Amino acid sequence: MAKELIRLQDLCMAFDDEPVLDNLNLYINDKEFLTLLGPSGCGKTTTLRIIGGFTTPTSGDVLFDGVRINDVPPYKRQINTVFQKYALFPHLNVFENVAFGLRLKKVPDAEIKERVMEMLEVVSLKGFENRKPDALSGGQQQRVAIARALVNRPKVLLLDEPLGALDLKLRKDMQMELKRIQQQVGITFIYVTHDQEEALTMSDTIVVMDKGSIQQIGTPEDIYNEPKNAFVADFIGESNIIDGIMVRDKVVKMYGREFPCLDGGFAENEPVDVVIRPEDIDIVPVEQGQLVGTVTGVTFKGMQYDIIVDFRGFKWLIQTTDHSPVGARIGVKIDPDGFHIMKKSQYSGMFGDYSSYSEEYDELSDVEALDEEEAQEDREEGYEE
Amino acid sequence: MRSKGIAIPYVVWMAIFVVVPLILVVVYAFTNRSGGFTLENFASMSQYASVFGRSFLLAFVATVVCILLGYPMAYFLARERGRLRQMATMLIMLPMWMNFLLRTYSWVFLLERNGFFNTLLETIGLPKLDIIDTQGAVVLGMVYNFLPFMVLPIFSVIEKMDHRLIEAAQDLGANSAEVFRRVIFPLSLPGVLSGVTMVFIPSVSTFVISRLLGGGKSLLLGDLIEMQFLGSAYNPHLGSAISLVMMVIVLVSMGIMNRFGEGEGEAVVL
Ligand SMILES: Nc1ncnc2c1ncn2[C@@H]1O[C@H](COP(=O)(O)OP(=O)(O)OP(=O)(O)O)[C@@H](O)[C@H]1O
Ligand SMILES: [Mg+2]
Repeated sequence: MAKELIRLQDLCMAFDDEPVLDNLNLYINDKEFLTLLGPSGCGKTTTLRIIGGFTTPTSGDVLFDGVRINDVPPYKRQINTVFQKYALFPHLNVFENVAFGLRLKKVPDAEIKERVMEMLEVVSLKGFENRKPDALSGGQQQRVAIARALVNRPKVLLLDEPLGALDLKLRKDMQMELKRIQQQVGITFIYVTHDQEEALTMSDTIVVMDKGSIQQIGTPEDIYNEPKNAFVADFIGESNIIDGIMVRDKVVKMYGREFPCLDGGFAENEPVDVVIRPEDIDIVPVEQGQLVGTVTGVTFKGMQYDIIVDFRGFKWLIQTTDHSPVGARIGVKIDPDGFHIMKKSQYSGMFGDYSSYSEEYDELSDVEALDEEEAQEDREEGYEE
Repeated sequence: MRSKGIAIPYVVWMAIFVVVPLILVVVYAFTNRSGGFTLENFASMSQYASVFGRSFLLAFVATVVCILLGYPMAYFLARERGRLRQMATMLIMLPMWMNFLLRTYSWVFLLERNGFFNTLLETIGLPKLDIIDTQGAVVLGMVYNFLPFMVLPIFSVIEKMDHRLIEAAQDLGANSAEVFRRVIFPLSLPGVLSGVTMVFIPSVSTFVISRLLGGGKSLLLGDLIEMQFLGSAYNPHLGSAISLVMMVIVLVSMGIMNRFGEGEGEAVVL
């Protein structure tokens, strides 16, 4: 049975009356790899700083092992942090950086040496003991930061986008490495990222945040397969989100047509958001299609083609291994388990249409980043209304 | 190419106002009144050993006092925010806007036998103190005049220090005293080094302060040199030789200090 280690209770945080965290409730289990995932500025770092003790919440409690620790200063908490920009001590070499916490605890020299070297081994930095941090690459600095925190054998390690500065390849390696280290030392990791793929790969539990509140908590599979609202569906992976009506259990209506699905538990004829993942859509000849649309864009992505298809003005993204030329009329077929039905939410109608994608996919660089930014702006506008 | 062109005026400036006087000093130091080469200027300097000793000692004491006073001042200023900090910075800078001679004279007025302090002591029924014309008064004058040069570089180093390093230290278990000892202080050493340079050098070569506050009793190198050029003992050759030796001693000691602090980064001279 997993044991609860940290609990955030009705946590609120405001900077100069500007609310940043809105009534956060979350519990974190011992030895769990938990990820806070959300767009920039949603309050991930703030949450982490509250757990670390660097920020005092405006209201609400932080419990550690059942004890309220709101007023415990950082240096007395059994928690260590890997900071967003590493924050290595520039005047100390790698060995002394890692030994910092042990020296404070007056650990005997021989034991310090042993534990530091052991930890440098874990992060594959043997032989770098005498280097100063500014003579290390970003990835190496990051590993020193991890070693510096882990050597103290904390109960909880907080990591604030530790891989943000690394290139894709190194990032992937470090993701595996971190997961391995977490399992090896067997402690709780609370990990912050805005990269959904990273979150899906590494976490036991993902907490999706937006605008200072939690949108969904669940395993990576839950979050991906059963997103709670349009924000989560859009933020995690690619999603076509279409207005629909739940006619009755296991039957959803879109485009005036009824489709069999597996979901239930909605009121009769309740308006819903229908999520269809791009990879769950099969392209079939027009006459066999449940829906018929026109291809308006095709992008080769290596593993698959990203095809944008116009269904009566609403553009879908379909991922398939078969090429279809622009302008082609195609039919699509979706199996009942390809539908995921969500209740309407404040995010309904803001996401899940790929019109902008089709216009911009030619500009190869940062298409997704652009999309995300736009989505973010849309969201902000939506909020003000 | 272009950047070299731009540098030319500065190079010319440096040549005229730095290098030429330096060459003149060297030439004078190694010649006698008739213009022939000689080492006699250096040989005759041994009689002034006590002046050298006193100058370096007083400058050293003044520098140490400046560190002891200036470091906490800079530290708390750098961590302070808002109006208090602005005001305190103003107060530190204010004397620097006044004429050097003037502000040293003001201390004469304060410390004199019948000056402000002694009048004050008298009115509350305490015996008068002999402060003026002592080496203590000279040190006081040095500290007063050069303290801002200690405070400012330390202040700017601490002020620019990455706050996350402090948080990282706290995170690893350091309380505020340990944060200071293990992170803030070592990282502020370059500022201290600059401050030391900027206090020690003018202190060692000053002549106004010792003249006004030391009452001519504690002759310093600055006075000695000044006497050789403008005063009674007119001998620019000897004056140049003394200057040269002083310069070499200062350079060597600064070099040693910088080497000593190398691990903590180079001193930044403002
Ligand atoms: N010290 C502060 N003073 C005022 N506002 C702050 C402060 N720290 C954070 N904020 C605000 O709080 C909000 C959340 O910030 P936070 O750093 O938690 O975001 P984040 O989710 O970590 O974002 P990112 O992914 O960009 O790091 C932001 O709008 C930010 O401007
Ligand atoms: Mg952040």
